[in-house]
Amino acid sequence: MAECHPVAFRWVMEAKNRGATIIHVDPRFTRTSAVADLHVPIRPGSDIAFLGGIVRYILENDRWFRDYVVHYTNAATLIDERFRDTEDLEGFFSGFDARRNKYEWESWSYEGVQGVVPAAGHKEVYGEKGAGRHDLRAANVTERETDPTLQHPRCVFQLLKKHYARYTPELVEEVCGVPRALFLEVAETLCRNSGRERTGAFCYAVGWTQHTVGVQYIRTAAIVQLLLGNMGRPGGGIMALRGHASIQGSTDIPTLFDLLPGYLPMPHGVLPDRGLDQYVSNNASATGWWSEFRKYIVSLCKAWFGAAATAENDWLFDTLPRLTGNHSHMTTVAEMADGKVKGYFVMGENPTVGSMHGALHREGLRKLDWLVVRDFALTETAEFWRVAPEIDRGEVRTEDIATEVFFFPAAAHTEKDGSFTNTQRMLQWHHRAIEPPGDCRSELHFAYHLGKRLKALHAGSSEPRDRAIQALTWDYGEHGPTAEPDAERVLREVNGYTVADGEPVPGFAKLSDDGSTACGCWIYSGCYAGGVNQAARRKPQGEQHWVAPEWGWAWPMNRRILYNRASADPEGRPWSERKRYVWWDEAQHRWTGYDVPDFIVDRPPSYRPERGATGLASLGGDDPFLMQADGKGWIFAPAGILDGPFPTHYEPEESVIENPLYPQQCNPARMEWHRRENPYHRAYGDPRFPYVLTTYRLTEHHTAGGMSRWLSWLSELQPEMFCEVSPELAALKGLRNGGWATVTTARGEIECRVLVTRRMRPLRVRGRAVHTIGLPYHWSYVGRVRGDPANELIPFVADPNVSIQESKALTGDIRPGRHSFGRRSVTDGEALQEPRPTGEEAPRDLPGLHARFRHPPVEPRK
Amino acid sequence: MANLPVLGEWPVLRQIAARDASGLDGTAESARTRALRPRTASADRVARSVCPYCAVGCGQLVYVKGERIVDIEGDPDSPVSQGCLCPKGAATFQLVTGTHREQHVLHRRPGGTRWEVLPLEQAMQMVAERVKRTRDETWQERVEEEGAEHQGDLVRRTLGIAHLGGATLDNEENYLLKKLYTALGIVQVENQARI
Amino acid sequence: MPGNPARDYQLTAAEAHALEARAGRQEDGPCQMGFFTDSTLCIGCKACEVACKQWNQLPDDGFRLTAMSYDNTGHLGASTWRHVAFVERETPLPGQGSPRDGVEAGAAAFGPLRPCGQPGTTSLLADQVSPSHVEVPVALGPTEQAMGKFSWLLLSDVCKHCERAGCLEACPTGAIVRTRFGSVYVQPDVCNGCGYCVSACPFGVVDRRQDDGRAWKCTFCYDRLEAGMVPACAKSCPTASIQFGPIDELRQRAAKRVEQLHARGVGQARLYGESAASQPGTAGLRAFFLLCDEPEAYNLPPDPVVPTKKIADSWWAMAAGIAGLGLAAVGAVLAGRRTA
Repeated sequence: MAECHPVAFRWVMEAKNRGATIIHVDPRFTRTSAVADLHVPIRPGSDIAFLGGIVRYILENDRWFRDYVVHYTNAATLIDERFRDTEDLEGFFSGFDARRNKYEWESWSYEGVQGVVPAAGHKEVYGEKGAGRHDLRAANVTERETDPTLQHPRCVFQLLKKHYARYTPELVEEVCGVPRALFLEVAETLCRNSGRERTGAFCYAVGWTQHTVGVQYIRTAAIVQLLLGNMGRPGGGIMALRGHASIQGSTDIPTLFDLLPGYLPMPHGVLPDRGLDQYVSNNASATGWWSEFRKYIVSLCKAWFGAAATAENDWLFDTLPRLTGNHSHMTTVAEMADGKVKGYFVMGENPTVGSMHGALHREGLRKLDWLVVRDFALTETAEFWRVAPEIDRGEVRTEDIATEVFFFPAAAHTEKDGSFTNTQRMLQWHHRAIEPPGDCRSELHFAYHLGKRLKALHAGSSEPRDRAIQALTWDYGEHGPTAEPDAERVLREVNGYTVADGEPVPGFAKLSDDGSTACGCWIYSGCYAGGVNQAARRKPQGEQHWVAPEWGWAWPMNRRILYNRASADPEGRPWSERKRYVWWDEAQHRWTGYDVPDFIVDRPPSYRPERGATGLASLGGDDPFLMQADGKGWIFAPAGILDGPFPTHYEPEESVIENPLYPQQCNPARMEWHRRENPYHRAYGDPRFPYVLTTYRLTEHHTAGGMSRWLSWLSELQPEMFCEVSPELAALKGLRNGGWATVTTARGEIECRVLVTRRMRPLRVRGRAVHTIGLPYHWSYVGRVRGDPANELIPFVADPNVSIQESKALTGDIRPGRHSFGRRSVTDGEALQEPRPTGEEAPRDLPGLHARFRHPPVEPRK
Repeated sequence: MANLPVLGEWPVLRQIAARDASGLDGTAESARTRALRPRTASADRVARSVCPYCAVGCGQLVYVKGERIVDIEGDPDSPVSQGCLCPKGAATFQLVTGTHREQHVLHRRPGGTRWEVLPLEQAMQMVAERVKRTRDETWQERVEEEGAEHQGDLVRRTLGIAHLGGATLDNEENYLLKKLYTALGIVQVENQARI
Repeated sequence: MPGNPARDYQLTAAEAHALEARAGRQEDGPCQMGFFTDSTLCIGCKACEVACKQWNQLPDDGFRLTAMSYDNTGHLGASTWRHVAFVERETPLPGQGSPRDGVEAGAAAFGPLRPCGQPGTTSLLADQVSPSHVEVPVALGPTEQAMGKFSWLLLSDVCKHCERAGCLEACPTGAIVRTRFGSVYVQPDVCNGCGYCVSACPFGVVDRRQDDGRAWKCTFCYDRLEAGMVPACAKSCPTASIQFGPIDELRQRAAKRVEQLHARGVGQARLYGESAASQPGTAGLRAFFLLCDEPEAYNLPPDPVVPTKKIADSWWAMAAGIAGLGLAAVGAVLAGRRTA
C-alpha cells in the first residue's frame, strides 16, 4: 500500500499513530513492511490457506462476534441436503460438471430455495443453455430454513467449521511458509482488534486478484470480516486499492464485456427473440433490492434510445447485442490471434506491456485489419509492428504485417472536463484548465464524433441491424474551438431524468419501469440531483465533519460506507459509542447518523417481513445487506460464484509444490488456453522452472509505464528493469548485486539487472526451501528508460469468475548473465521448453474423478 | 537612499544601514531575490482537478498563466489527500506538459515501415468507415455454426471489432464508448479492470 | 451555474494562495522556519524528490541503476535537492516490520530442511498423486536466521541550512545569503561559480551544475515562503515525515516524538542537529532529523564542523605565529648584538 498508494497510506500511518497495529502480509519486504508492526512473508499463491487458517482460529477459539454473525450473516441458514464439501469430494464441491469444467449450483442452494440472486448478479449462471429457469425460484427466500442456535449440521456455520477444520496453524506453516507463532500472532491481533469496541480492516490490491482463485481470496477475507463483525462499520471493511484513476468508474459504467451500466448483466443468447421479460426474470430477485431490476433496465433503454423506445417495442431491448459465453480480454486476444477479430480500439492502455503474454498480444495485433491507439505517446502497443523482439530476431518482418494503425494523441485530464470514480466509489470532477495542444482530443470528443459520423453513415439504412445506432440519443452539444461535447450533459444523462420535462431525478428510488424516466447508470443516479454536478462539490475538509460528505459524491446516494446499517446492533443502537456511525432515531422514526444510511430510511429495526413477502417489503429491520435477496452477509455463497460456495486452497496453475490439502491440485473451474503459443509448465515440481515468480509495481512507476516511463523525473528514480532475489538464491545461482540475470519461462526469456536483498526471503514450505524471484513489470522496448517486460513471461490462465490472469504466482528459472536471445513461444516454437523433463507429469486435475462427483440432474421444483 | 537607487543596490550601504557587519544576514540580497514570488502568484486562474494516476483520487490544483500550465500540486482542501501527492502525482506537470506528447494523428499503412501524419478529420472519417465496413462484414444476427451450443440464438452483434481501455478515462467517456459500441453490436469491450 | 455548491470551481491565484497559506499556517508573517524530517514516518516514496524537481523545474540526474537498494539518485546534488536514502541493514528496528523473537522460535521449531522440489510427506493426504522429483540442493541460509534481524531505514535528506553555514561564510561574492526565514539561499543571479561554497559544506550538499557552473542547492522554496506557501517537499510528503514550521515549534515537537518513540521501545531514536549544543560544529541545523541509528548509517557525518568555524582560530594562530616570529627575530637580533 505504501508502495503503490502512498497518499492512501497517509491514513494508515495516521491510524498507527493512534495505536493501530499494522500487519503486512507479502512475499516481499516492501516500503509498507518497513513501517508495519509486523511483516509476514508468505509463499505467493497460498493466501486462502492463510486466511482459512484465520477463519478456523476464530471459530475454534470462539472469537466470532455472536450477535453480528447470528443476525447479519447467513450463518444460521440451512443448506440443501445434497451439498457436499471439498472435504468429502477430494477437493471438489458437489455439482461439478466435468464435461464443461463448470459447477452446477443447485446443490449449494438454501434448503428449499433455489437460485437466490446474489448481490453481484447472476453472471454466467443464467447464461447457459437451458438456464433462466425462473420456476426454480418459486420458493421465497423468506421461507428459508434457519437455525439461530447454529447447531444444525447443515447450517452454514457448521459447514464452515467443517470446511476449514484442517486449516490449522501447522497447515498454514506447511502451505504458506509462515511460522506457526507468526501466524498465531496475526490471527490473535486481528481478533483482539475486532468486536463491539474495535474494528479491523483489510486492504488489498492486485496481489489478491491476479490468481486463478483471486475472487475466492477476497471472499475468504469477507468471511473473516463477517465473523468478526467488521463489515459496514467505520474502520472496518475490505478495501480494494485500485490502480487507475477511474478503474472503479470503468467497472460501474463498464467498458467491460459482461455488463451494462450499474452492474446490469449484458443480455445473453439464451433469451428468446423478444427477451426483455425473460431477461428481467432471470436477473431480478423476488426479494431484496434487485427486485427493482426492471426499473433500471427500462430506464437505461430510455436513456439510450429516447423516444424510439416504447412499451410496444420493449424499449428496443432486443436491439442490444447478446453474449454466448466469455468475451473477456484474453479470450478476445486469443481470437484475434486466430484471425477472428478485425478491428481493435485501444485507449489509454498498453496491453503488450501491461497484460500477460505480450508476445501473444502482438501476434493478435499482427492479424488485425486495423488498430486504433489513443495515448499520450507512441506506446509499445502502437509500435508493435516495428519494435518487438520477434522483429529484431527477423522472425517477423514489418513489411509483412498488414495491420493498418491509427495513432490519435489524447488530451490530458487537465485539458478536459469529466469525473473519475476513486477506489472508494467517490466521483470527483476535474475541470478543464486549458485547451488540448495540436490534434490532441479527449476520448469524449473521439467517441462523440465517431458516433456522429457512424450515425450519418447509417442514416439511410433500412437494415434492422442498424436500428439501434439510428435510434441512439446522441445530443451532447458542441463547444469551443474543438467542438468538444459537454461532459456535464453526459453526466446528466447518467444521473437520469424524467422524460416529460427533462428534469434530473433526485436518485434511483424515483426511477420507474413505465418509460417515464431515463437513466444511464442507476447506481450513479443522484450524482446530478437538483441539476447540480454533485461530483464537483469541494467543500473544504476543514469546514465539514470527518466523513466529509460534501466533497465529491459517492455512489450509491452519496453513501461513504456501504451496508452501514451494520454499524448499529439489531435494535438499531450503535455497537459502541466509539464506533458510532449510523443508528435508528426512534423520536424521528428514521435512520440517521454521520453518513447517509444505507437502508430503507424509515424501516424500524423491529420490522420483520411476512413469510412470502416480496420486493423491498422482504427486507427485515435487521437485514443490513440489502442488495442480497435475504439481506444477510453471505458467509456461504449459494449462487453467484463459479468456483465454489466456500473458498478453498488450490495451488496456482504453476507451483513448486503439490497441493497439501486435496488431491485436486488447481482450481477445477479455472480458465485455461491450450494453444501452441501458450505452454504451461508442469503443475508442480518442474525441474526446468524451480522458482516462484511474482510480479509487482514500484512507487516510482505507473502500471505499464505509459504515464511514467517517458517522464525524466520518474524514470531517473527507477531507470532500469531489475529482479529481486534473496542472498541465498544469489549464492545458489551465482547472481551478483548490480549484475545481470536472465529469467525464463516456457513463454519467453528476459534480461534484467539484479538486486540481491534480504527483503526477499526463502521460505520453508513442506520442509523445502522455496525461493521467490520478484519482478517489477513497468519497462518495455520504447520510452525514455527501457528494459525487458516481465509480462512476456506470464501465460494466459484465469480466474473463472472475473477472467483475470495469474501473474502473482507462477514458476520460472533464473541464471546469471545476459543470455536472452529474445525468444518467445509465439514465434520461436518450443525451444524454451527444452530439455523436456522425463518422468510422469502430475496432473492438475483428477481425470475421471469428476463424473463421480456430478449430481444427477435436478428436477425443477413446481 | 530612495533617491540613490544605484547606490542603494550597493550592499555595503545596506550592511551599514542594517548593522550587518559580517554581511551574512541577508543584506547581500539582490533585486531579483527581493522580488522573488512563487510563479503561481501571477497565475491567471487555478483549475481544481484530480490526480490521473491511481484510484486514491488526490486533489490537484492546476495553475494556468497565459493558457499554459505553470504548476500542478496537491489541493489542501481535499479530505482524501490534504494537499499531498506521491511521486507520480507530483510529476503530473511533466506528464501533461512534457515534450513526449504526440500532437499529431499518425497513420501506418498496411505493410508500411513508417508513420505518416494525417489530418484529424480525415483520420476520424477513415476510422468511421472502417468500423462500418468491418461491422457489415462480420455481422452476426444469429449463431449459425452447426452444432454450436448456442446455434440458432439471436445475438445481433459483431465479433469482428473489439475495444480495450477505460480505467484511465473519465466516466463520461466510458459511458459514451459503451453506449456507442453496444448500439453497434460490439460486445468485446474490455478495460484494465480485467487485469 | 447559480446555486452550484461546487465551490471554487475555478480559483483565482489569490484564492488559491489563501488556501495554500491556510495549509501553511503562516498568516502571522515570516518567522524563523525549519524542516524536521522524521525517518520513522518515511515510507521512501520519493514524493519529496519529485515535488522539489517539479516546483524548481530541475533536470534529471541521469538514468543509472545503482543497485543500492531503491536509491538511484545516490546523493544530493546540483539537480537533486531532496534525496531519499534506503539503508538495508541486518539489525531489527522495533515497531518496524520485523517478526518478533518468539516468531523466530516458531520458525526454528519446524524441523530439518529437505532439498527444494523433493516430494514431501504429509499426514493430510492418504492418497497422493506421484510427483516428479527435482534435485536442487539448497538449504536455507543466513536470511532464515536473520528473520527478525532486518530493517530498512528510509530518510529524506536535504540541505541542512546550518545556523552557522560554511557555504555562506565562504562565499566571496555575496551570492549566498541568509533569508529572513532563517534559511540559506544561493542567489543564482549573483553566483559566479567560484565553488568555494562546495568545499565549505561539511555535508557535501552544495554542488555546481556542469552546464552553467553555478552552485545550486535547496532554496527552502524561498519564493513559496514569500507567499506563505509550504515548501514543495513538505507539502507533498504523504506521511508527514517532512514537517515544516517555526523552528522552535519543530524542536519541541521533535523532542516529544523522541520521548514517544522511546516509550514505544524504539530506543535508538535520536535527533540529529536539532540544537547548537548537540552539534557545535554547525551551531545546529535548520533542517534537522530524527534517526534510528548512528548518523553514519544514513551517510551523515557524525560530527560535522563548518570549516570557517576554524577561521578565527586560524587567524589567532597566525597572529600568534607572526608574533612568535617577530619575537624570534627581535630575540635573534638582540642575541646577535650581544654576541657581537
